[in-house]
Amino acid sequence: MENRKPVVELQNVKKSFDDKTILKNINLTIYNGEFLTLLGPSGCGKTTTLRIIAGFESADSGNVIINGERVNDIPPNKRGVHTVFQSYALFPHMTVYNNVAFGLKMHKVPKNEIKSRVTEVLRIVKLENFADRKPHQLSGGQQQRVALARALVNKPLVLLLDEPLSALDASLRKGMQKELKQLQRALGITFILVTHDQEEALSMSDRVVVMNEGVIEQTGTPKNVYEEPNSVFVAGFIGDINILNGEVLGLGDGGISARVEGRLCAIKTKKSLKIGDRFKLLLRPEDMRIEKLSENPETDGLMIGNVVLKTYKGATLDTLIRLQNGTQIKASEFFDEEYEDFDYNMDEKVSIGWVSGWEVVLPDEGA
Amino acid sequence: MKERNLFQIVTIGIIAIWLVIFALIPNIMVFAVSFMERSEESFIKAAFTFENYRAFFSSMYFSIFAASFKMAFITTLICLVIGYPFAFILARSGSRFKSLLALFVIIPYWTSALIRTYAIKVILTTNGLINTFLIKAGVISEPLNMLYTQGAVVLGLVYTLLPFMILPLYAAIDKLDTRYIEASQDLGASRLQTLAYVIIPITVPGIVAGCLLVFLPSLGLFYIPDILGGAKNILIGNLIRDQFLNSRNWPFGAAASNILTIVMAFMLFAYYKSVRAINRRVL
Amino acid sequence: MLNKLLKRSYLGAVYLFLYAPLFLLIILSFNSSEFGTKWTGFTTDWYLKLFNNGTLMDAAVNSFLVAVSSATTATVIGTLAAVSIFRFRFFGRNFLMTMLYIVMMSPEIVMGISLLILFMTLNIPLGFQTLLIAHTTFSLPFVMIVLFTRLSDFDKSVIEAAKDLGADELKTFWYVILPSIAPAVVAGWLLSFTISMDDSIASFFTTGPGFEVLPLKIYSMVRLGIKPEVNALSAIIFVFCIILVVIAQFLLKERKK
Repeated sequence: MENRKPVVELQNVKKSFDDKTILKNINLTIYNGEFLTLLGPSGCGKTTTLRIIAGFESADSGNVIINGERVNDIPPNKRGVHTVFQSYALFPHMTVYNNVAFGLKMHKVPKNEIKSRVTEVLRIVKLENFADRKPHQLSGGQQQRVALARALVNKPLVLLLDEPLSALDASLRKGMQKELKQLQRALGITFILVTHDQEEALSMSDRVVVMNEGVIEQTGTPKNVYEEPNSVFVAGFIGDINILNGEVLGLGDGGISARVEGRLCAIKTKKSLKIGDRFKLLLRPEDMRIEKLSENPETDGLMIGNVVLKTYKGATLDTLIRLQNGTQIKASEFFDEEYEDFDYNMDEKVSIGWVSGWEVVLPDEGA
Repeated sequence: MKERNLFQIVTIGIIAIWLVIFALIPNIMVFAVSFMERSEESFIKAAFTFENYRAFFSSMYFSIFAASFKMAFITTLICLVIGYPFAFILARSGSRFKSLLALFVIIPYWTSALIRTYAIKVILTTNGLINTFLIKAGVISEPLNMLYTQGAVVLGLVYTLLPFMILPLYAAIDKLDTRYIEASQDLGASRLQTLAYVIIPITVPGIVAGCLLVFLPSLGLFYIPDILGGAKNILIGNLIRDQFLNSRNWPFGAAASNILTIVMAFMLFAYYKSVRAINRRVL
Repeated sequence: MLNKLLKRSYLGAVYLFLYAPLFLLIILSFNSSEFGTKWTGFTTDWYLKLFNNGTLMDAAVNSFLVAVSSATTATVIGTLAAVSIFRFRFFGRNFLMTMLYIVMMSPEIVMGISLLILFMTLNIPLGFQTLLIAHTTFSLPFVMIVLFTRLSDFDKSVIEAAKDLGADELKTFWYVILPSIAPAVVAGWLLSFTISMDDSIASFFTTGPGFEVLPLKIYSMVRLGIKPEVNALSAIIFVFCIILVVIAQFLLKERKK
């Protein structure tokens, strides 16, 4: 990834509105041809970041560089980036064709070239038969495609997408996710997508940038941020997580021995820790393993708790277990057809452990 | 079910009967009367004639109609030229006082147009504000004759009707999603192009509604020429009034009034067309 | 920065255009000079003269009576009808709405002469009753449009909840719908009252010689020339209207919260 050409760079970008700091100090390099997602809760600054790249907002300080050129003072209509707006912002008084042709007309592209390019892009988004419709005569998914076509027809260096799928219903959204990703692959254009939906971010992007309260928490591949979150926030925002408290008891080769929620165990980690350090142990529910106590009375290194809630999810069975010290742990297990008495009784006492090596250790923040 | 019907029948029934008796039937009567002949004893005589409409084209009346339409057209144009930038600046200002400022436009909308016309007279009159000021300033030595000119009538119409232009424009521009403007800029349009190809077309319903609310009264507000224009600069409204109250020629007055109704029908049609074109309404 | 200054001065100029003549009128109503705009001293004589003018006071009382009764009639009929139109679908609903819009849009002079023809044909003597009908008719669309705006925020399931809990149609209206639209009802009444007090064109055709109303009285005085008492009267009416309109607007704004 690193050897690719940077297409957008944000250097020390800061932004505040009315004394409220929105972006604290953003440094981000986006490479040519990648699908990058800005992910975070509402108010984290992801949309502001996008609007600064588009030129609708200007950074208070720092540099915005597109294609090697500082663009801080260049208006949006002169930047090589185009935006797909959250509510699409299709011009209501124009047909689909004229909406798509708008950018080309503004750039004084010859008429016959406009016609061929618009026709081509409408074919790509499968709307060639809708060219004469008005936006309000289209479904949400079709409007979304027009918005996409309207931006793509101008062959942007970078396409900015501001929560483009949030107005669609769940089933349509899944389909559009796939289409968007395929489109991006086929065209090779850099996509920067803003979303608060972690599933969308993970399934579509090459890289995910997790933002919170105006700072970038973590940047990495979807696998990377899911499996190796570098903060409790990232871990909690992307997927379900169990956060357990631990204390280092001894150091070993490539790991530590520790007390986690009152139980002794061995943990693999490369993090440098000292004896006596407190840490957080992060575990995904699907990494947890539950066993009936009756079958495995050996409880060393295992936590003991009672089943307090069972949720049947179709492919998985989600179980909530309360440990003796009150901590609650979520576990999610796939059904195993061959293992018949997979189910637990409510309030049954079970032991709970995890698949060794899948745990993530984070030194206590602020410690 | 029965009870619901009773409530519905009574409430809808009253308004429907009211509108039929006091709006629909009277208008049908005006339409019918416009094809009848005048009568000295009972105002109208049952007959069928196009004479009342033919009279429009007689030289005397035609020039009145032409002058009235001309003044209405100029008034509408001035209101639009003043009102659009005003509504635009107001609607798009991020000011904390925006709604208060809008209220100040609404207030004249509801206050007496008669009094507001009178206020203009006070300003334009021979020893009024403007003449006093200009003489004091040494610009002129003799007071200007501003009152009783066509200009005075147009000024009175603009003054009275400007809020009626601004309000629908304000509503239309206020509803205009900023994202349309951003999208237009994003696609490479300059500010002027954005105005011409995006902002104005999307606010067409507001423009049409404003023109409707200004143009139509400009033909009918007979007290404005009475107060500001003297006997020469009269509107269709003055003509209609005179036919009903002085000349007692109801059929001709009714025919003239149908002109206003036809203008209204055309403009309402244009409004609904423009609303349908972009699928939103402002009134 | 210059841009902003330019915009502000433009707004300022238009507001000045709209308000300066009215403020001038108010100032002149306290001017002791009978002619012209030259300031010769402060006086309240014109106001005193106004209140001692019997025919003018009679006209004011008449106007007030017509305004109160027509605003009330229009508000009662209009509120009930707006609620029903909002709630129910029925045959002719669109026709009714179209009629309302046309009544609102149609030039007042057309309404005036059409009602005059109706009253003459039915031999109804011109006076209070004909003014009441005319003013109620032009107020109805305003009341209803104010209410439609308010009702568009109204959650219809609340009505269903009331009925589910056993309220009949009238109780639902009285205890559930009315309290929630009350500010708009009052605002509608105030606006109707204002336009009735101010109306001159429709009144011109629908009142008789025995029943003079204020705007027509002002009209006849103003045609003759400028009189300081008219300044005083105009000032009173203007300030009165502003108060009513501001109250009405605040009542309508309230729903945003």
